[in-house]
Amino acid sequence: MWTICRKELADHFGSIRFLILFCLILMVALVSTYMAATHVREALDGAKPSQVFLLLFTTPGKFFSLVQFIALFGPLLGIIMGFDAINRERQHRTLGKLVSQPIYRDAIVNGKFLAGVLTISVALLSMMLLLTGLGLMTVGVVPGIEEIGRLAIYLLVSIAYVSFWLGLAILFSVLFRSLATSALAAVALWIFSAFFVGFLADLAADALRPIRNPRDPEEIVANRRFADASSLASPAVLYSQATSTILDPYRRTRSNLVLTGPMERLSLERFERPLPLDQSILVVWPYLTLLAAMTLVCFGLSYVVFMRQEIRSV
Amino acid sequence: MAIIQTDQLTRRYGRQTAVDGLSLEIGEREIFGFLGPNGAGKTTTILMLLGLTEPTAGRARVLGYDPARDPLQIKRQVGYLPENVGFYDDLTGLENLRYMGRLNRLPEAQAPALIEEALSTVGLEGEGNKLVGAYSRGMRQRLGIAELLVKNPKLLILDEPTLGLDPDGTNRMLELIVSLRRERGMTVMLSSHQLEQVQRICTRVGIMIKGKLAALGSLEELSKGGSGDKAGPNLEEIYMRYFKEA
Repeated sequence: MWTICRKELADHFGSIRFLILFCLILMVALVSTYMAATHVREALDGAKPSQVFLLLFTTPGKFFSLVQFIALFGPLLGIIMGFDAINRERQHRTLGKLVSQPIYRDAIVNGKFLAGVLTISVALLSMMLLLTGLGLMTVGVVPGIEEIGRLAIYLLVSIAYVSFWLGLAILFSVLFRSLATSALAAVALWIFSAFFVGFLADLAADALRPIRNPRDPEEIVANRRFADASSLASPAVLYSQATSTILDPYRRTRSNLVLTGPMERLSLERFERPLPLDQSILVVWPYLTLLAAMTLVCFGLSYVVFMRQEIRSV
Repeated sequence: MAIIQTDQLTRRYGRQTAVDGLSLEIGEREIFGFLGPNGAGKTTTILMLLGLTEPTAGRARVLGYDPARDPLQIKRQVGYLPENVGFYDDLTGLENLRYMGRLNRLPEAQAPALIEEALSTVGLEGEGNKLVGAYSRGMRQRLGIAELLVKNPKLLILDEPTLGLDPDGTNRMLELIVSLRRERGMTVMLSSHQLEQVQRICTRVGIMIKGKLAALGSLEELSKGGSGDKAGPNLEEIYMRYFKEA
């Protein structure tokens, strides 16, 4: 397995498409962080709230915040590395050779997945470090221990998130013979989960929990609850909700603002103090589990399909 | 000791029977020609021998191991060259060999020497640093053999090794196969359509038609009972005879 992992790693880092995508993401990240930094610096004049450093990642600059950006384009990184994992070997007729070597068949999928996760980790980590350095230079605020902890968790969640897409792409590469089909399928699902799940969730909520009387708070709440719950089916929603809670200590509820009652809102305003790190983690824990579970399901599925696939057709 | 032994080996895909009750024995240092039209079940048989496909019924033994239970042991000692083998075109020949060596757990210290030796055995010395994408078809086939040689196998299973080679490439390939048996004592199982070549190098042939073994034996044995031609055994004649009978 390590042998395969090693070769795939070399392939990833040497491949031009990875380089292009990484440069693109890095560039956008730099620009958006820089804009956020100038924004923060202006807003900061005089005031000194705590945990300024995290604002770098969550403040929308001119277009979007870094976190939103990763939520949107991180999947592309995973898809690009995984969509041709198995069927490229099939097309180049190397898969038959590979399975007739004295290795277990699962080592092929495992090695490829592992190499992908390692590449993602290296890419994201180096990007975070670069951005942190940039933030230090432009804003001049040194992050505290807690902020570093939050960033580390954010990094972990991001890796898990991109790994989910990697697992999905590998699944498609096992299922589909043609490179183009598997790439297209993965990209289609990505676009769907990024842009349409929200609409669909609203539609479903309106259909199943209709608001007949706009004055009836219970109906509104039921409608919103349903929409929120169903939009969680999208990993992009899961991810952005989880990370925004982690990176924004002032946020203490995952629920929609409509759902917070007047008393709750009052208490929120009364205690304008950040949530401690462990409490933030507690809030997002279910999200993390769900994300990890989805990744494992994807990976497990491709594993099972690949193990059972008739070599004949390989 | 028989290198390959199968007993009523059968494989069905749905209602179709790809291999039907195949019983076969291949001894040490044989060059066994495995003949048959396309779709006769030759490749399926090979895949079952390597444990890449499970037989529906019957059993097989390769080098004393059961492929369904001990595929790794078999793959360690058997070199299999699939039909139209592929390579990582963006790597050099040497890198391809190195990767295969690692997958076979060659000790890192000995690997370079083994790889060098394999390259010179197949006549590719000095070509190792070229990208495989730039190799000619004949060179690719020989590189495929080199990949098998790095693990020093006891048995070579070659699926159509001469397909698409020019006459010179074909000759070199056949000579290589013969020399591997002569100098390294390897057993070779060779599936092919090219009867004239099989006739030149094989010690024994088996003809498979529609999943069944229609004939088995040396050329002399098989030509008996035929038209009794004066020109000695002719595989093409034998093959066509069995083909028409089936």
